[in-house]
Amino acid sequence: MKYRFLILLSLFFIDPVAADVCATGDLGVVIEREPGNVLIINTTQHKQLGKIEKLGDLSHASVVFSRDQRYAYVFGRDGGLTKIDLLTDSVAKRILQAGNSIGGAISQDGKLIAVSNYTPGGVKIFSAESLEQIADIPAVYDDGKLSKVIGLVDAPGQRFVFSLFDAGEIWLLDMRTPAAPALQKFKNIGKQPYDALITPDGRFYIAGLFGESGLALLDLWSPESGVKKILPAYGQHDEKLPVYKMPHLEGWAIAGDYAFIPAVGRHEVLVITTDTWKLVKAIPVAGQPVFVMARPDGRQIWVNFAFPDNQQLQIIDAKDLTIENTLKPGKAVLHMEFTPRGEEVWVSLRDDNQVVIYDTATLAEVKRLPAQTPSGIFFSARAHKIGL
Amino acid sequence: MKIFILSAMLSSAVAAPPPEPARQQALRNLLKHDCGACHGLTLKGGLGPGLRPADLADKSNEFLTATILRGRPGTAMPPWNRFIDKSEAAWLVEILKNPQP
Ligand code: HEC
Repeated sequence: MKYRFLILLSLFFIDPVAADVCATGDLGVVIEREPGNVLIINTTQHKQLGKIEKLGDLSHASVVFSRDQRYAYVFGRDGGLTKIDLLTDSVAKRILQAGNSIGGAISQDGKLIAVSNYTPGGVKIFSAESLEQIADIPAVYDDGKLSKVIGLVDAPGQRFVFSLFDAGEIWLLDMRTPAAPALQKFKNIGKQPYDALITPDGRFYIAGLFGESGLALLDLWSPESGVKKILPAYGQHDEKLPVYKMPHLEGWAIAGDYAFIPAVGRHEVLVITTDTWKLVKAIPVAGQPVFVMARPDGRQIWVNFAFPDNQQLQIIDAKDLTIENTLKPGKAVLHMEFTPRGEEVWVSLRDDNQVVIYDTATLAEVKRLPAQTPSGIFFSARAHKIGL
Repeated sequence: MKIFILSAMLSSAVAAPPPEPARQQALRNLLKHDCGACHGLTLKGGLGPGLRPADLADKSNEFLTATILRGRPGTAMPPWNRFIDKSEAAWLVEILKNPQP
C-alpha cells in the first residue's frame, strides 16, 4: 500500500516539464534557408537542441520573440507565420497570411504580431496568442495601387512604423485600440525606402533610401514636425556601384554618440552623430556592407558584405573609427548575432553549411556547428528590445 | 539523318555551348541565393518581380539576357556582366523559362 502510494506520487510529479526544467533566456533560433527549417539552439552550451522542419520559403526569414521568451514567431517569405514553442520544440501555431512577405514585429505589450507584406502590399496585425487576424492595413497609394511594405518595427505607445517602397511614404500605426487602428501617413519622404530601423530608445525611425541619396528621419517624440531628410548630399554626384544585395538596417549600430550605417552601393560604413545627424566619417570597408551591427557594449562594430565580397567580416574599432580586424570565416557570410552581453557572436556561413561562433575579445573561434544553408540567427534576448 | 541535321542546325543557332557542369552548379547556386535575395528563393518574386516561366513567357530571350548582363538602370536590378558572360546569361534565361521538373 505504502509502495503503491509512492508510485502514484512519482507519477504525479514526473511530468515532462518538471523532469527536464529548461529556461529560454539563452536560447535562440537559426534559419536554414534552403530546406526551410528552424534550428533551436542554446547559446551557453553552444549546441543545437531541436529542429523544426519544412516551414516553407524561409529565404529572408526574420524572427521576433514573445515577451516570456517561450515562443519564436517566424516570418517566412511565402507569407507563412509560424509560432514555435522553444520549450517543446514544436509548432504551436502556423498560418499563411499573405502571398509574399518580408518581415514582422511584436507590439510593446507583446500581444500583437504585425507582418509586412509585398503581395498584397500592406501590413496585417494578428493576436500573438492565437494568430487570429485583428487588422488589415493595405498600403494603398495613388488611387488604389498597393505598395510593397518594408522596414516594419514596433514603437513605444503600442505603435508600429513602416515604409512603403513603391510609394515613398512612412506610416505610423497606433494600435492602442485594436478594433480601431489609427494611421498617420507621411508622404514624399524620398524615393524607394528599402529598409528602416528604430533607435534602441524607440525615438527615431530612420528609413534608408535606394532611389536617391540620404535617409528619411522621423522623430516619434514629435511626429507633428514631419519627416526630415538626413545626409541629403552624401554621394549625390558620384556614380553608385551596382547593388547586389540590399543592405539591412535592422541591427542599428549605436556606439556612444555615433551611429554606424551601411552606405548603399558603396564600400563604406557611414558614421553619423545621433544629435545633429551629420556625417563624421565614411570608413572604407572590404565590400558593400549588408549588416552593420554593434556589439552590445558598443565597443566594436561588425560588418558583413554583399556578393562578391561575402566571405569576409570586418570589425570596426568604435574608439578610433578604423578597421580593427578582417576575418575570413568562410563562404557566404549572411548574418551575425551577439550573445546578450556580447562576449560571443554567432555567424552564419550559407555556402559552408556552418554556423561559426567567435569570442569577440580575442576573435578566436569557439566552435563550428553544422547547419544547412544557414541565414538569419536570432536570440531570445531580442524579446526585450524595442525594434527587434 | 534528317533529324540529325536539324538538331545540328538548331544547336548551332543557339550559338555557345552550355556551361561546364561545375559552372552550371555554381550558376544555379547564384540563381537560387543571390538572385533569390531579390526575386525570392523560389523565384516567385520579392523586391524584384517573379521569374517563373509564366512571368517571362512573353519576353524575348535576348531582352532578358540583356537585362541580366546590363541590369536596369533606375531600378534595383544590377548588371551581372562582371560575373556572368553572355552565353551563361543566355543559359540562365533558358533554365528560367524551362526549369527542370
Ligand atoms: C538587388 C535586387 C536584385 C538582384 C540581386 C537581382 N535582381 Fe533581377 N530584378 C530586380 C528588379 C527590381 C527587377 C525589375 C526591374 C524593373 O522594374 O524593370 C529585376 C528584373 C529582372 C529580370 C527581368 C524580369 C522581367 O519580367 O522583365 C530578370 C530576367 C532578372 N531580374 C534576372 C535576375 C538574375 C538572373 C539575377 C541574379 C544573377 C537577378 N535578377 C538579381 C532586382 C534584382
